[in-house]
Amino acid sequence: MTIEARGVVKTFGAFKALDGVDLKVANGELLALLGPSGSGKTTLLRIIAGLEWPDAGEILFDGENALDRGARERHVGFVFQHYALFRHMSVFENVAFGLRVQPRRIRKSEAQIRARVKELLDLVQLDWLADRYPSQLSGGQRQRIALARALAIEPRILLLDEPFGALDAKVRKELRQWLRTLHHSINVTSIFVTHDQEEALEVAHRVVVMDKGRIEQVGSPGDVYDSPATAFVHGFIGESIMLPVEVTGGAVHLNGRPLDIVAEGVAPGASTLFVRRHDMLVGPADSGTLHGAVTHVRSFGPVQRAEIALTEGSTIEIDAPRDRDLRIGDRVGLKPRHYRIFAGG
Amino acid sequence: MSIEMTLQRTPDTSARSLAESAARRDPRAEPTVVRYAIITLAVGFLSIFVVLPLVVVFVEAFGKGIAAYFSALADPEAWSAIRLTLGVAAVSVGTNLVFGLAAAWAIAKFDFPGKTFLITLIDLPFSVSPVISGLVFVLLFGAQGFFGPWLQAHDLQILFAFPGIALATIFVTFPFVARALIPLMQEQGTQEEEAAISLGASGLQTFFRVTLPNIKWGVLYGVLLCNARAMGEFGAVSVVSGHVRGETNTMPLLVEILYNEYQMVASFAIASLLAMLALITLIAKTILERNIDGDMPHDD
Repeated sequence: MTIEARGVVKTFGAFKALDGVDLKVANGELLALLGPSGSGKTTLLRIIAGLEWPDAGEILFDGENALDRGARERHVGFVFQHYALFRHMSVFENVAFGLRVQPRRIRKSEAQIRARVKELLDLVQLDWLADRYPSQLSGGQRQRIALARALAIEPRILLLDEPFGALDAKVRKELRQWLRTLHHSINVTSIFVTHDQEEALEVAHRVVVMDKGRIEQVGSPGDVYDSPATAFVHGFIGESIMLPVEVTGGAVHLNGRPLDIVAEGVAPGASTLFVRRHDMLVGPADSGTLHGAVTHVRSFGPVQRAEIALTEGSTIEIDAPRDRDLRIGDRVGLKPRHYRIFAGG
Repeated sequence: MSIEMTLQRTPDTSARSLAESAARRDPRAEPTVVRYAIITLAVGFLSIFVVLPLVVVFVEAFGKGIAAYFSALADPEAWSAIRLTLGVAAVSVGTNLVFGLAAAWAIAKFDFPGKTFLITLIDLPFSVSPVISGLVFVLLFGAQGFFGPWLQAHDLQILFAFPGIALATIFVTFPFVARALIPLMQEQGTQEEEAAISLGASGLQTFFRVTLPNIKWGVLYGVLLCNARAMGEFGAVSVVSGHVRGETNTMPLLVEILYNEYQMVASFAIASLLAMLALITLIAKTILERNIDGDMPHDD
């Protein structure tokens, strides 16, 4: 099933949660809504589910208006951030709930319900927990039961609100992979909300980056990382060095000193230079276009991170290969291998 | 803290000496004398002000033997009071169960203008003297009252009859169910209801399968306290009852009347019934409180 949002606006009092959002989701896609808290991503998800109503705009499922129908009729599987399992029901009854509340004429027989619940518990590999209660489960187990419960009604769309938000780091990583595999096997159009870029880039087919109720960029994980469309996306995804620069007639100045880089297509005025930490190459003091002295060096993983005080006044952090010999006090020259300039300070 | 440290340092000492050294090191421990003085004070106070009166009720009630006790309860006037009290309690608990649930549901699960005002209003019966509550109904339904002439014209009796007593009791006991449920429902939030609806449940299915089971102990708790107060209410009922013997006297009213007539055994026999109700309420309350704790969400 395809999902389309057109010009969706939602305000809570004076707070504008969604400010004209347009989005198309293809059939069978696994999409991530990524953004900081307050960016409106959860509100968009809840509007698609029918748990919230937009002030303006349209939601279409397969081209049909979904706003005609309430959450109950939309046939959407929703996995809540804190799972919202029914605390007084066993795991089995939680998963069976969606089947038991169906209108009598289409309700399955008890035997069919049992078989279906067993099938779902097998799918999430937790059939041995059927008689437990939610309070007796670990976070990761609750998460998977919540998913099984949402899948019981054979939803046309699966929506997950911060699916891994409340879990510890190790369980998160395992579940990420598991979710990707699961999506592959059930192939239901799915949207999940996250504030964790790594999660979004690793799991989703496409990533929607949101900020302040607007969509900043939609693209594959590679797209949003390698060619950020806006300053916000560049700053939010991956770690970037940001330097305030002045653009005049195609030349770029840092604190009044011209830099050996080009600002194609950037309007004159105050701008910001973005460089990924690993794209800032370190050379001898007389090379490069930026200069400074090393003030701090830390080594971890495949890189070493050096803090460099620029002669132009700012302090930046760069990632250099570990075999590059850097010591505190060294004077170095820097040259960005890739960079982007966005208008605005 | 101190116990763990002791355990680490002396893994082979016996449990008893561990406990002793833990007690010695406990920074909160008061000198023995102070501890015993405080305990004696508390127990003494409770004995004089709570236990002693309770004992006196039963001693007086059985003062002339068991036969006298039961014959006092079998008196038609006593019977009528017991029936009236049970009837009034049933009506007010039933009414307040419905309204309390509705009010708590509205307050806990929805946001609307005037919510704070509504919460304050629910507490009003707690802060107003019961006598005033009774007088309000006299002013409304009395012969000179607001609805008085209309009621007289249609030959409807509210004051000095069952409806008046029930109304006054409902007013006085309104907050119990709502008050027991609001914090519980607020704490539980609306996520489970949202989950139920997104799984295709109707409003009624959501209420009976998700909301109600989650608050059942809270409901029972509210009903219990509401019932205890409804049966024991004196002030408001006294104003609206008119004290018609054998007709509009509830148990608490009859206790006072009999006492004023120096019928000690009869008076205390009925009082002992109310005291037993209090004891049963107390025990049930303790059990329920334990269960409500289980309904509170612990972690997420």
